[in-house]
Amino acid sequence: MTTPSKIDSPTLWDSKEMQRRTARRYRQERIFRAAGLGAVAISALFLVVLLGNIISQGTGGFFQTYIETEVELPVKVLGDPRTMTPEEFANSVRRANMLGLVAKSLEETFPEVTSRSEKRALIKIFSTGVRGQLAQFVTENPNVVGTRQKLWLLASDDIDQVVKGNIDTETDEGDRRVSDRELAWLQKLEDAGRVDVKFHTTFLTSGDSRNPEMAGVWGAVVGSALTLFVTLILAFPVGVLTAIYLEEFAPQNRFTDFLEININNLAAVPSIVFGLLGLAVFIGTMHLPRSAPLVGGFTLALMTLPTIIIASRAAIKAVPPSIRDAARGLGASPMQVIFHHVLPLAMPGILTGTIIGMAQALGETAPLLMIGMVAFIVDIPSGITGAATALPVQVYLWADSPERAFAEKTSAAIMVLLFFLIMMNAVAIKLRQKFERKW
Amino acid sequence: MSAMPDQLSRMTEAMPEVTQTTRTPKMAARDVHVYYGETHAVKGVNLDLHQDEVTALIGPSGCGKSTFLRCLNRMNDTVATCRVEGSITLDGKDIYDNKIDVVQLRARVGMVFQKPNPFPKSIYENVAYGPRIHGLAETRLDLDEIVATSLEKAGLWNEVKDRLDTPGTALSGGQQQRLCIARAIAVNPEVILMDEPCSALDPIATARVEALIEELKGRYAIAIVTHSMQQAARISQKTAFFHLGNLVEMGETTQIFTTPREERTRDYITGRFG
Amino acid sequence: MEHIVKSYDAEIRELRSLISRMGGLVEDQLSAAITALSEYDVELAAKVKAGDRQIDDLEIQVENTAVSIFARRAPVADDLREIISSLKMSAVLERAGDYAKNIAKRTIAIAQERPVGFPPTIVQMSELAATMLRDVMDAYVRHNADAAMDVWYRDEQLDNLHNTAYRQLIARMVEMPDHINTWTHLLMIAKNLERIGDQTTNLAEQIYYSVKGTILEDTRPKHDLTSSVTSGPDASA
Repeated sequence: MTTPSKIDSPTLWDSKEMQRRTARRYRQERIFRAAGLGAVAISALFLVVLLGNIISQGTGGFFQTYIETEVELPVKVLGDPRTMTPEEFANSVRRANMLGLVAKSLEETFPEVTSRSEKRALIKIFSTGVRGQLAQFVTENPNVVGTRQKLWLLASDDIDQVVKGNIDTETDEGDRRVSDRELAWLQKLEDAGRVDVKFHTTFLTSGDSRNPEMAGVWGAVVGSALTLFVTLILAFPVGVLTAIYLEEFAPQNRFTDFLEININNLAAVPSIVFGLLGLAVFIGTMHLPRSAPLVGGFTLALMTLPTIIIASRAAIKAVPPSIRDAARGLGASPMQVIFHHVLPLAMPGILTGTIIGMAQALGETAPLLMIGMVAFIVDIPSGITGAATALPVQVYLWADSPERAFAEKTSAAIMVLLFFLIMMNAVAIKLRQKFERKW
Repeated sequence: MSAMPDQLSRMTEAMPEVTQTTRTPKMAARDVHVYYGETHAVKGVNLDLHQDEVTALIGPSGCGKSTFLRCLNRMNDTVATCRVEGSITLDGKDIYDNKIDVVQLRARVGMVFQKPNPFPKSIYENVAYGPRIHGLAETRLDLDEIVATSLEKAGLWNEVKDRLDTPGTALSGGQQQRLCIARAIAVNPEVILMDEPCSALDPIATARVEALIEELKGRYAIAIVTHSMQQAARISQKTAFFHLGNLVEMGETTQIFTTPREERTRDYITGRFG
Repeated sequence: MEHIVKSYDAEIRELRSLISRMGGLVEDQLSAAITALSEYDVELAAKVKAGDRQIDDLEIQVENTAVSIFARRAPVADDLREIISSLKMSAVLERAGDYAKNIAKRTIAIAQERPVGFPPTIVQMSELAATMLRDVMDAYVRHNADAAMDVWYRDEQLDNLHNTAYRQLIARMVEMPDHINTWTHLLMIAKNLERIGDQTTNLAEQIYYSVKGTILEDTRPKHDLTSSVTSGPDASA
């Protein structure tokens, strides 16, 4: 005989206790949702603050102050383009005293400036880059020689900061980098409508410079691209092949277990350690060139490998065994199974992992510092063995510079870096969509 | 002179009847033991598969029937801990011999799986894959023909002939399974192994697949693992009952389902298992 | 061992109890018919006649139950054999019931004639047929193929008795032709009893098949020779 148990008596769903229980459940659910929403809000807030800060600071980095002045371009200074070959003319222009021409043009605007020291101070409102700017203009338009031209010339970084409002003109004259005299000149030019803030393509097309108004990210972009290229060429095939071997061929034994653990550990190793390794092995032992994208790429490849291997293994493992069975059942060899069926299906995951690894590598600074890619390099890198720097290193370098104007350059460079990261992610998504198939 | 061929042809016509009694099996398993590490999964099984006959392997889960089936085309090779003892022959040749090429063996002994598993490719590519990797078609035209006849044999041609480019995974479950059968017969196998081919299908799709199996039985030796007693009864000529790794009883399907000799067989098929 | 699905067992039990009840009813009908015959009890005979309805109803119930099991359980092996046998046995029992009813009908007819002494063989036959029926139903309940076979072999005795009864009745017809009506009825009653015996062998065969799984080949020697009896001098001996 069974004793009547609790389960035999009907449950009182309408009882007070039950209602309390229900209410509590609803309350808990609400709290949980609110907590989740709060977490999302906090992270969104951080993101907005960070991005907002960078964008508000960095936008200025893409713009530069220009001052209009009417420059006399005499034949005797520049040479006669009609009697010279283009090369000779270009050389002659390069040798010419451009700043003198600019200084002369200022005399008309500021007749009161007569003393030598004042004149030298007056020309400082222009960037030293004016020399190159003017030279380029004349070389490209030889027929302007012998005429007067109204030109917008690059202002110096201090003037630029004043115009952009980044220097407080109310403070004591000794505390700021711009004297009252310079401010008065600037005021006069502004009143004449000869000061303007314009989009500054130099920032996107030239290399680094000691002068903020002349500095550009292109050198760093090319350096990063070359480095990533080397990284990809090395890390992708090695990573994918390793993943395939470990997933499909490696026997299950202590050795493969050991290998697996080490790969996972490698992913957690601080990146600077890879830098040290790169320095010791690639530069110290193998004598590869310092500061070169080749070494940078090797080092970053080492760092990216674990990421690619882990992601690829996960993607390969996610391919349903039924597909393998089907292919094998038809008599496909192990290699055919992998290359005809497993890899195509795992590709989206592998590519995602690879691009995440690449993005990581793109943002990495520490290992590059170790192998000397932190050098000040003005030229656009020409190959993977030449000296180069990379975007994050450029950011690091500028952030370290004393000039006030480099602050906004730093933010602008970060924006460029972010742009490339977003582009890479977009490519990742696009590729995933392209390869993705249902099974 | 003219009488001779006549006589010969009459003799050969009569042959099947003669061989009926002492015919040689297409595949024969003798004292087959399978181990998974320490587990003894199949214990001394003797079983013959004959041409133009469907053999159903039944038994409770974990009785070793699927394991045994997978030994017949060496699908267990990929399991590192799996060990097979005894002999399994195909046309008298041991398939576990070193000289046997597994790839060729699997082409000769095709397999259809429990879950329909078409490749995530087009219907055409699904069927063409096998002939392509084995080099069975010289030209694109040959391949087209193989695909068409295979689909026709699988009873799927009329349903898919206008959309050979659509993905195989877009078909219904039953069509997918028939596509998998078409894919298997496209490499012109001699034996077809089926591992619970209808367990994921509805009754109508199941009936279609069963009808197909019935039609295929004339050309291939078929072994089918099934959990559905009724299915075994419907489509097979021979039934083998496995229990705890042993082949408990093997016989004519009608005999097994009306008068099983072994009590364990009876208990299992009537639903008396404790 | 029992089925995993308990209700399946219940249904088979139900089928068995229906067959047992049918068997019991046929036994009752038969003995009541014999009693009515030996005591000229017209009332009892009429009751037997009416009682056949019950057997027919049971047969329909057996059919319905069996069909339902076929449809829902797809029985195999001994279950399949049991249900097939049950179906066939119900038909056989119904037939046997008809014979009992026929005896009762003839009893009513005989009761309207002048009373006359029966040959004792008829009584012997009825007793044997009743025991055979009882024993075969017993074998059915106990699932005992050997006991069923016993009954199967005993049909030979019944056939022999029938031969005797046949000769005796023919002799009576010759001796007392004015009772020809009664003798004819008795002749038919003897035939009915012999038929009931045949049906019990059918039942025994079904039980044997259900238990053993093999169909009993009909190798039993036929001892009912009445169909070859001629009215020659030998016959009346």
